[in-house]
Amino acid sequence: MLLYGPHMLDAPGGRSDFRVMLEIRQLSKSFGSLRAVDNVDLVVERRAALGIVGPNGAGKSTLFNLITGDLRPDAGTVRLDHRDITAATPYERSRAGIARTYQVPQPFENLTVFENLLVGAVYAQGRREHEITDFCAEILERTHLMRRADSPAGSLTLLERKRLELARALATGPKLLLLDEIAGGLTEGECQELIETIRLIHAAGTTIVWIEHIVHALLAVVGRLIVLDFGRMIAQGEPQVVMRSAEVREIYMGIEA
Amino acid sequence: MLAANFRIETATAASRTIALAGAGLVLVLVVLPLFVSRGLVQDMIFVFYMLALAQLWNLLAGHAGLVSVGQQAFVGLGGYLLFAFTVILGIDALAAIVLAGLVTGICAFPTALVVFRLRGAYFAIGTWVVAEVFRLLIAQWKQLGGGTGTSLPVSVTNEVAGIEWIKRVFDVRTAAARDMEIYWVALALAVGTVLAVYFILRSRRGLALAAIRDSELAAESVGVDSYRTKLWVFAVAAAATGMIGALIYLQKARISPDAAFTVIDWTAYVIFIVVIGGIGTIEGPIIGVIVFYLMQRYLADFGTWYLILLGGLAILVMLFAPRGICGYLSERYGISLFPTRRRLVSDKDSPGM
Ligand SMILES: Nc1ncnc2c1ncn2[C@@H]1O[C@H](COP(=O)(O)OP(=O)(O)OP(=O)(O)O)[C@@H](O)[C@H]1O
Ligand SMILES: [Mg+2]
Repeated sequence: MLLYGPHMLDAPGGRSDFRVMLEIRQLSKSFGSLRAVDNVDLVVERRAALGIVGPNGAGKSTLFNLITGDLRPDAGTVRLDHRDITAATPYERSRAGIARTYQVPQPFENLTVFENLLVGAVYAQGRREHEITDFCAEILERTHLMRRADSPAGSLTLLERKRLELARALATGPKLLLLDEIAGGLTEGECQELIETIRLIHAAGTTIVWIEHIVHALLAVVGRLIVLDFGRMIAQGEPQVVMRSAEVREIYMGIEA
Repeated sequence: MLAANFRIETATAASRTIALAGAGLVLVLVVLPLFVSRGLVQDMIFVFYMLALAQLWNLLAGHAGLVSVGQQAFVGLGGYLLFAFTVILGIDALAAIVLAGLVTGICAFPTALVVFRLRGAYFAIGTWVVAEVFRLLIAQWKQLGGGTGTSLPVSVTNEVAGIEWIKRVFDVRTAAARDMEIYWVALALAVGTVLAVYFILRSRRGLALAAIRDSELAAESVGVDSYRTKLWVFAVAAAATGMIGALIYLQKARISPDAAFTVIDWTAYVIFIVVIGGIGTIEGPIIGVIVFYLMQRYLADFGTWYLILLGGLAILVMLFAPRGICGYLSERYGISLFPTRRRLVSDKDSPGM
């Protein structure tokens, strides 16, 4: 796997590579004196699967929030499909093809599970309810939520809420899917199922960026890995190589084999 | 990948039967004033406009998460606009009701510009402050009586379009004909509001509103433009509230800033109705307004004790049946008169309904 340095970004004529889905340049975000994301450069190729690891508080979720527009960066740019979206609102980015799951699930509790999916399918895709019913049903099937389709999302267990986060994100029909720790708390069997699901989504052409502490799940899917620590990207490249590097071993001592 | 095709269903067999019964009830209400006393007709007008106000407050607070305690701003504005259009511009009262609604809806936009910057409790307080500002501004309007208010000239109230017709057809005097006409307008506004809220909830906007109420963050993340959606529902509710305000002051025929912008009548009682009946449902305000009317009618003579009783009852309901009478009933018996839930139905399944 290649290392993506800045030299790759500036193709002749100033145009970026057409294979690039997401391009982040010198992105920074501070909370008071805390530099949560510190001058991060990152390029994700179309149809790639990128993993992000790093200790608690490293700025991983904050990076997602900057990509989705939930937070505004202090400096830097975000491009999706070569379009500068740094100033775009979260809903505009969603309609442009970015979907995310929240680390702490944020279901629409008084809507049913099916209706949770409908919101995104209707608004992000701009489709009518009856046109995307089958599409939503298929996602419910795939994420093992069909049984709960008509239950209020507020009645779901934590595991089901995590599945709903994924299902709702998929219902928006994303080009770029951002997953924030969706494997936490799963049994080994459930984890394998999740890996299979994400592989299928990836195989169908969706670009994936996945934050995960369960490293073996991550390594089963991603083709490239980056490591964040104190808001900075301290390593990136081929997953096995990155995991064996000295920086990562130091950080991950005792977290995961 | 899936064998079956799926479709969305909202109505149930029970809800269809109930819809028919509801239509029948509305028909009965239409002819009611021909058979009952004027006192009851006037009481029913009160019930209708309180029901409409409750539905609209519930649309904002219960369905969209916009907890306003400043709806009196739009009731008062609608009332004063009715006076302005009829007294100053000489427009017919019925047309003035519609115009008052439109102008009130437009006034919702600058209001939203201020209050939408605030969240939660601050939003609520902001709406109240705006209502107070409206009251103070209107009190400067010397042509409409300034701080002491003014009355509608008899020529306006007695010459509303249609009154002559009612007098002729039903052979009644002017005062009775006026009550009947206002009754029908109030009924139309109440039924119209209930239906409008129902169809909003069943439309894609209903999905967006519920999503915003439950998590604005997540709603935006799946493509919902929360600011525009909230602005839209705020303006729609304000316009309808303005029309009802205009109707209320056509009936009362006397207006003053203190009465028109009172938080007690146009917000506190309205919240009581919604909370008692069940917030976030269409049935709730209907049940709530009946309870409220009965209490008002039989207990209002107790003065302060009546208010204490209202407050006490509201607190009891909030503690022991937080979703109101109607939430309690629907949990127990699983019925919904106005189903808005979208159920996913497979063609494989037997329809069952
Ligand atoms: N809205 C906020 N306001 C203030 N500080 C914040 C905010 N969001 C995050 N932080 C801080 O920024 C730092 C990075 O947080 P972030 O949530 O991005 O970490 P993370 O890498 O996702 O951690 P974890 O693995 O625990 O999820 C943390 O120190 C956190 O406390
Ligand atoms: Mg995080």
